[in-house]
Amino acid sequence: MTHHYREQIKNIANKYGNDRGYLMNIARDIVKELGYISEEVVADLADVLNIPMVQVRDMVSFYSFFPRKTLGKNVIRVCNAVIERMKGADEVSKAFEKALGVSFGETTKDNLFTLLHTSCIGLSDQAPGALINNVPLTNLKPTDIPQIINDIKSGKNVSDLPQSRVLLNLKKEGEVICAPMESGKAIRNALNMKPEEVIGEINKSRLRGRGGAGFPTAMKWDFCRKQKSSVRYLICNADEGEPGTFKDRVILTEYPDLVFEGMTIAGYAIGAKEGIMYLRGEYAYLLDNLEKVLAKRRHLGLLGEHICGREDFSFDIRIQLGAGAYVCGEESALIESLEGKRGAPRDRPPFPVQKGYKNEPTSVNNVETLCCAARILEKGGEWFSKIGTKDSTGTKMLSVSGDCEHPGVYEVEYGITIENLLELVGAKNTQAVQVGGASGKCVAPKDFGRRISFEDLPTGGSIMIFSKNRDLLEYMYQFVEFFVEESCGWCVPCRAGTTLLEKKLRQILDGKGTAQSLAELRRIAQTIKLMSRCGLGQTSANPVLTTIYDFADLYAERIKEEDGKLMTFDLQKAMKVGIEASGRIKEGVK
Amino acid sequence: MSKPVVATAHFTGCFGCHMSILDIDERILDLVELVEFNKSPINDIKNFTKPVDIGIIEGGISNDENAEILMEFRKHCKILVAIGACALTGGVPSMRNLVPLKECLEEAYLNGPTVKSENTGIIPNDPDIPVLLDKVYPCHEVVKIDYFLPGCPPTADTIWNALVALLKGEPLNLDYELIKYD
Ligand SMILES: Cc1cc2nc3c(=O)[nH]c(=O)nc-3n(C[C@H](O)[C@H](O)[C@H](O)COP(=O)(O)O)c2cc1C
Ligand code: SF4
Ligand code: SF4
Ligand code: FES
Repeated sequence: MTHHYREQIKNIANKYGNDRGYLMNIARDIVKELGYISEEVVADLADVLNIPMVQVRDMVSFYSFFPRKTLGKNVIRVCNAVIERMKGADEVSKAFEKALGVSFGETTKDNLFTLLHTSCIGLSDQAPGALINNVPLTNLKPTDIPQIINDIKSGKNVSDLPQSRVLLNLKKEGEVICAPMESGKAIRNALNMKPEEVIGEINKSRLRGRGGAGFPTAMKWDFCRKQKSSVRYLICNADEGEPGTFKDRVILTEYPDLVFEGMTIAGYAIGAKEGIMYLRGEYAYLLDNLEKVLAKRRHLGLLGEHICGREDFSFDIRIQLGAGAYVCGEESALIESLEGKRGAPRDRPPFPVQKGYKNEPTSVNNVETLCCAARILEKGGEWFSKIGTKDSTGTKMLSVSGDCEHPGVYEVEYGITIENLLELVGAKNTQAVQVGGASGKCVAPKDFGRRISFEDLPTGGSIMIFSKNRDLLEYMYQFVEFFVEESCGWCVPCRAGTTLLEKKLRQILDGKGTAQSLAELRRIAQTIKLMSRCGLGQTSANPVLTTIYDFADLYAERIKEEDGKLMTFDLQKAMKVGIEASGRIKEGVK
Repeated sequence: MSKPVVATAHFTGCFGCHMSILDIDERILDLVELVEFNKSPINDIKNFTKPVDIGIIEGGISNDENAEILMEFRKHCKILVAIGACALTGGVPSMRNLVPLKECLEEAYLNGPTVKSENTGIIPNDPDIPVLLDKVYPCHEVVKIDYFLPGCPPTADTIWNALVALLKGEPLNLDYELIKYD
């Protein structure tokens, strides 16, 4: 079967050397040209790349940025994650529906607009936000919407709209990430040492990964370096998908040189020639500038062949765009995605440092970790180890959002208490602080003396503040909804468990839960945590598990007892269809 | 001392579970010694006449009558035991849950190949017939169930052992063969 677009597909595939490893990029380009990936396109593409059709379908069906049906000319993705909804995203959503005359998930009759919801797009500090044709709009008000639609209809570029403004919102600069830098200095320092010595310097700093797990960076690099192989890879994890996290956005906007400097040093340390930055699809608007910085660094001899004139060190960086899947932030899923497959986590061991990208030893490091590494090579491991606490050296970039006067990014020393942080950001009347995003802990006031650190309260950077007038458990429910959506579906405890958790929690929140439902809720949550295959599932029940203990009253208030009859069963409702279908009248039934 | 009172009910199932109760063979004589039966299809007592200690339920809940009687059972019985796949999960009857009820009824009574000629079918609407629910519910989604015995049907030994354990207030130890279903 051939179609008129077969030539287009051929050309796109050709551009990537017909390499199935670039399937993500090929799919992205196809969506750009054809608008969507139909079954026919899947068949043609499989044929062109000479791979089974299921491999193509398996991949494209996984990502939210690869539509399988035709979408409108303009695609509107309104963020309806937790913080957005606190800030009025529901009203904005309604305004979009009204202005366009369609519901979410639908396309207007004239094919001009498709209206979709999306999870956190990394703009929680300027919520509510939306992406229109991948261009971010911020601080939306319901009253803005009709004008926005009219402007787009009349041919205005989305990036020319007044709402198309991403504020930097860097509220506190610390001495590690946000300090001034001289490009190349850290690299030159590193190149004056042997790779082992570079790792030694990182070891001295006691740097731990900023992406969530907190693994010692020197150890990771050392493992990777010691693997017997001639090829190794360095990956910068810029997927930043945890709801309420946007610190990497600020780093990538303001300090891209520092990130690339860190990647280059890491490449030298582990013995990699190729570095890949996996940038979340929602941050596509940062791509142009990042590419410019890369070009500049190549021009300065800081990237490419023979870096800083060294015959024995060549290293270059390419950027891979993700396509809208939270689980791709998990390192082994990220690698699968990089290889052009669906982003399902791998079994471990082998760990990525043993068998990672293309089955070669690979170090995956967070954006912020790599920045720290660059700074350590500039100023010394000793210097770094004196900042922060014993087990958490250095500073942490925190993304603060929710009920406070000054949402934004704060670079603070590790060890800061929640109390001090709340003061810093101007939060009053605080009911709870969600530390670590949807997968994190909900911290109650009794624990506000606890410290942000690996030894006490670890976080990848997300801090969400809920004031006393918020219905806290409703937001916990939204976290659960998020995981139902983002579970990759591989293992039952996570795939089925998150849905069961969602239903059970809804039942309780609706005042239809009994003591037994609460016990079941806890049991489901524990099973998910214990039995899931990867970090997504293992952490997905955290919002429920932490609130069950620390906000027990909020649950108890909604629990009802009614002599064994379950309040979830509604006989009248269950009879409705049967009565209507037979057209009969039954007493007492409306 | 008066004997413990047992009641049983059959909802949307095949009566196989009740057959399995009767399948305890000569132990039925022991059973009659051990307990007194109240409302049950076995003795055809239609209404509860006293408080019941143990209620045994077969079948899922597919119509308003099922649901109402199950709620009655909950009200009158101290302990409710659901037995068999239909009571526990909806079982075979719940296969209709895959098709919306309206379509089911229309296919059966209006459009199906056994409807003689067009426009002669009618969806039964006699007030004496129970109203079908939108889907078949497992019992525990309608009332609180205290114990579950899986199987299609659970074997007579399973039912007997469970009942004896309940009556004696002892823990229930079922051999692996009695609860292994593959
Ligand atoms: C579901 C899930 C999502 C994750 N998302 C991210 C992410 O967006 N960014 C990140 O750096 N690490 C993320 N991680 C952690 C990575 O798997 C990995 O530990 C990290 O990138 C390692 O870098 P580090 O040692 O510098 O922290 C995620 C983990 C899980 C389980
Ligand atoms: S825990 Fe969830 S995300 Fe992880 S492998 Fe299992 S289904 Fe996928
Ligand atoms: S569980 Fe099996 S034996 Fe029991 S009523 Fe259902 S179909 Fe019949
Ligand atoms: S951008 Fe919407 S919650 Fe983060």
